[in-house]
Amino acid sequence: MISDDAPEPEPELGWRAREIERELPGLGLMVVQARVARPGALGARSPVGVEDRLHELSNRFRGARAVTLRREPVPAAYRAFFRHVGLDPDVARTPIEAVALERMLRGGFLSGGLLEDSLLIALADTGVPVWALDAAAIDGPLGIRTSVEGESLGRSPRAAEGPLPAGRLVVADASAALAVLFGELAVDHEAKAGTTEVTLFAIKVAGVPSLYVEEALWMCRATLEQP
Amino acid sequence: MTQSGPVMGRTHEWERGRSAIGVGAASTDDREVEVEVAERDVRETLRGQITRLEHESSAIVAEGFPHISPADLQELRGEAVAGPRLLTLAELERVRDRLAGHTQDLRRLAAERVEHERRAHEQLEAMKLEPDRHKLVRLPVRDLGEGGCGVWEVRPRLGLIGMLAGWWQVKLSSGCPLAKGPRMARGPLDYSVAERHRAMLAWGLVR
Repeated sequence: MISDDAPEPEPELGWRAREIERELPGLGLMVVQARVARPGALGARSPVGVEDRLHELSNRFRGARAVTLRREPVPAAYRAFFRHVGLDPDVARTPIEAVALERMLRGGFLSGGLLEDSLLIALADTGVPVWALDAAAIDGPLGIRTSVEGESLGRSPRAAEGPLPAGRLVVADASAALAVLFGELAVDHEAKAGTTEVTLFAIKVAGVPSLYVEEALWMCRATLEQP
Repeated sequence: MTQSGPVMGRTHEWERGRSAIGVGAASTDDREVEVEVAERDVRETLRGQITRLEHESSAIVAEGFPHISPADLQELRGEAVAGPRLLTLAELERVRDRLAGHTQDLRRLAAERVEHERRAHEQLEAMKLEPDRHKLVRLPVRDLGEGGCGVWEVRPRLGLIGMLAGWWQVKLSSGCPLAKGPRMARGPLDYSVAERHRAMLAWGLVR
């Protein structure tokens, strides 16, 4: 819970399981808390300033950039990391390449509500993906570990979702896996329209300066907290 | 003393045996740790190789676009997505080998493209030097590695008169027609079909 007079929380490093620390030393998780300025704003239409920012980003993000994106240091680092963990970035696109493709196909970054827009602005501007969870549904600090046999996403997984395969890289709190790394979030932990406090997390990989990750989190937080 | 001798002797043998077992266990543990560390080092080396190959293939695609596109190599794409996990040595080797093959094919495409452009430049030179030996030959500027829709063409000067008189010249046609009027009038959401097609080509969504 963030009190009104508390100093602005700094992004914190999440924990990593020992095997991940050894095997992927460049992988890290950065977490920051944000309070939504206007109750119920997450699912509502974004303020004009945010929509203008999306429009401006659309103009900066043209076809030529989409083609050369994979050579830029930050997107290239995520592409390489995808291969390191068994994902083919030409099949499962990295977040920045996925939004670049969307931008090309839809003709612009279209607004999808305050939460979606704030995550999109941070990603398009820095190349670092950010995810949001409902802070009230999180038990303890976040970290990265591998899933165990029979484990599902979230504390009360839906029957249709089924268990995760053992060994999947997941973002977890003290009691449950909350998201697959670069993948889906647990439905019961996602930030929703009525959420007032969100936990933002970003995944840092080898080759991505911490400054970019912090910038992405700050940017996202600033968008959510603007009155 | 007489009793203690054999007892001492037995104790000594037992202790020697125990210490021998202890040494054996310790050395087995050490060996396991060494193997584990060595394997981790190999996995780290493989990841380094994968990173270099990934950067190289990305550079070839970015520099060679639109002539080289991931769509050209769709059959070389990776296996179905299984989700992020810590890869074993064998899995990392497979990823590295597949990517090495992919990069090799991209290098071949890039080399073929360079050769194609070299031949096109030679042909353009020949067209300029001896237009009457290349009557009505057309050479798109894309074949020369340039963007746009222009075409070099050997055409008769003054139309039919030039054709009858044998007056041939090399001319460059104008560029691409605008899809929707002047560029400045278009907002970011007015995206031309051609641009969209190029983007889809770049991402390997169409061939």
